Amino acid sequence: MRAPQTTPPRLTSAPYLLVAPLALVLIVFFGIPLLLVVVVSFFDLDKFDIIPTFVLTNYSELFGSSLTYALYAKTIKYALMVWAITLVIGFTVSYFLVFHVRTVLWQIALFLLCTVPFWTSNVIRMISWIPFLGRNGLFNQSLMALGLTQRPVEFLLFSDFSVVIAYVHLFSLFMIVPIFNSMARIDRAVIEAAADGGASRFRIITDIVIPLSKTGIALGSIFVIALVMGDFFVVKVMSGGQSASVVAAMSNEIAILQYPPAAANAVCLLVLVTLMVAVIMRVVDVRRELSG
Amino acid sequence: MVTGSSSGRPWTFYALAAFFTLFVLFLYGPMSAIFILSFQGPNGGLTFPMNGVSFHWFAALVAQQRSGDFVGSFGRSITLAALVLVITVVISIMAGLAFRYRFRGATAVFYMAIASLIMPGLLLGLGVGLMFQFAHIPPAWFSSALGAQLTWTLPFGLLIMFAVFSRFNRAYEEAARDLGASQWQTLWHVVLPILLPGIIGVALFGFTLSYDEFPRTLIPIGSRNTLPLEIWAMTTDVTSPALYALGTLTTAVSFVVIALALTSIALIQRRRARRERDRADRREGRAAAPTAAAARVGAGSGDA
Repeated sequence: MRAPQTTPPRLTSAPYLLVAPLALVLIVFFGIPLLLVVVVSFFDLDKFDIIPTFVLTNYSELFGSSLTYALYAKTIKYALMVWAITLVIGFTVSYFLVFHVRTVLWQIALFLLCTVPFWTSNVIRMISWIPFLGRNGLFNQSLMALGLTQRPVEFLLFSDFSVVIAYVHLFSLFMIVPIFNSMARIDRAVIEAAADGGASRFRIITDIVIPLSKTGIALGSIFVIALVMGDFFVVKVMSGGQSASVVAAMSNEIAILQYPPAAANAVCLLVLVTLMVAVIMRVVDVRRELSG
Repeated sequence: MVTGSSSGRPWTFYALAAFFTLFVLFLYGPMSAIFILSFQGPNGGLTFPMNGVSFHWFAALVAQQRSGDFVGSFGRSITLAALVLVITVVISIMAGLAFRYRFRGATAVFYMAIASLIMPGLLLGLGVGLMFQFAHIPPAWFSSALGAQLTWTLPFGLLIMFAVFSRFNRAYEEAARDLGASQWQTLWHVVLPILLPGIIGVALFGFTLSYDEFPRTLIPIGSRNTLPLEIWAMTTDVTSPALYALGTLTTAVSFVVIALALTSIALIQRRRARRERDRADRREGRAAAPTAAAARVGAGSGDA
């Protein structure tokens, strides 16, 4: 990313000492817990006690149930829908901010306007859709006031529609920030040269802007897909209990202390998410762009 | 777009501006609905219309313990967020400095941070909960929950430090060392002050991500809840506008924190810009009008 600069003075132990606290926290609170989830997924369950043995029943029951496949299909469906919508929003909003807003001050102000909700509570932002989409909600009242419909529209709340709306509302920031970041670094001279050479606005987007912001697109996609696949609270509340996702089902198992089956489910989900992320990382070298 | 002349905007500008406006309405519209509804009258319900205007539901939050331990959980959330902020800032700065060197294991640590970031929160909480259970340590908000939250805030801190260091000009550091500053002096008097806006950004992320976090905290929290967990419990069994009142309060706290952070960043940047201007003026002024320049330098040092 950067041209090689003069390196800071050589002190061979310095980087190890400096990175040690981070590595330690990640090993203790991420590495070991992850390992424990994998181990527990092979444990047996006797009523509510975990029995440390090695059994495959958790996995055989998981893969033997048709419910599992339905849950995974539903979760992947949500993830892909939200990914597509947030990608369009993220790209369009970033494109507007980077190429159409002329002063840096306005650019920063409008960018902050988009990011402020990210620093507030997800649960509050989610439940704020309930009075908005409900039977007597603002949306229905506006529709009726405009004479577009006689009776309140019922499908708005507690449906796939409200689940996807809430996801997009919560997670589109994760798409906007990385795409904005890579778009802002595109050299304007390249675009001007293309325009001088007679490229249309559309050609400039497809041949220059999209390829040069692919790191941001990849990072945003990883965030959004991982967040939707790992969600349990949006789907629980916004579907009114009528729909479920993998982690929502898992949280029900955890609530009744069924740790081994929940852990087996967790391992499968993690494998799936890791595969999806690996595919994205294969297409775009995210690390080189990030750490320079 | 860029090619357009300075006067007159292309039609795409208006189309995109309309899209952007709609998106901002989409972001803020529903939130404003619950802020209004939290001022419902005592007989008002969870939806419009408003049945009078009152502070009834805010008073109900503090007065009745029916909705749970609101005051205690608020205190715990603030304390926990402050702890997470300090730890995240210190560890992220150290890690940011470390990643400027090449060292063995850098890639492994980087990928572990990214994996920790995208790990579904509830699963991480499950793992941390299991770890404490196996170690026979009772989980608590200041131990297991704190650790679980750090796996979420530290990767963000690290990514921000990468962005900050990639724009950092090493020439300042070398100049300081050439002038005889020690490693510590260079870090404390040169590097950290230059990076301060980015560090405030890390602090903002550390505080707000912890203050609002709940999927990772849910399982390893122990017996005493934080505020987001109280809110989560309320979403399932409280059906009065007290829920919205709590939402309004917690969002107000977030807004105060965001405003503090952004204002301090803006003030630092403005002071820097002013100093640079003064310095430039001094250089030019010395040749042209020495007396005027001296007067301005005097004024400049007066309010600095």
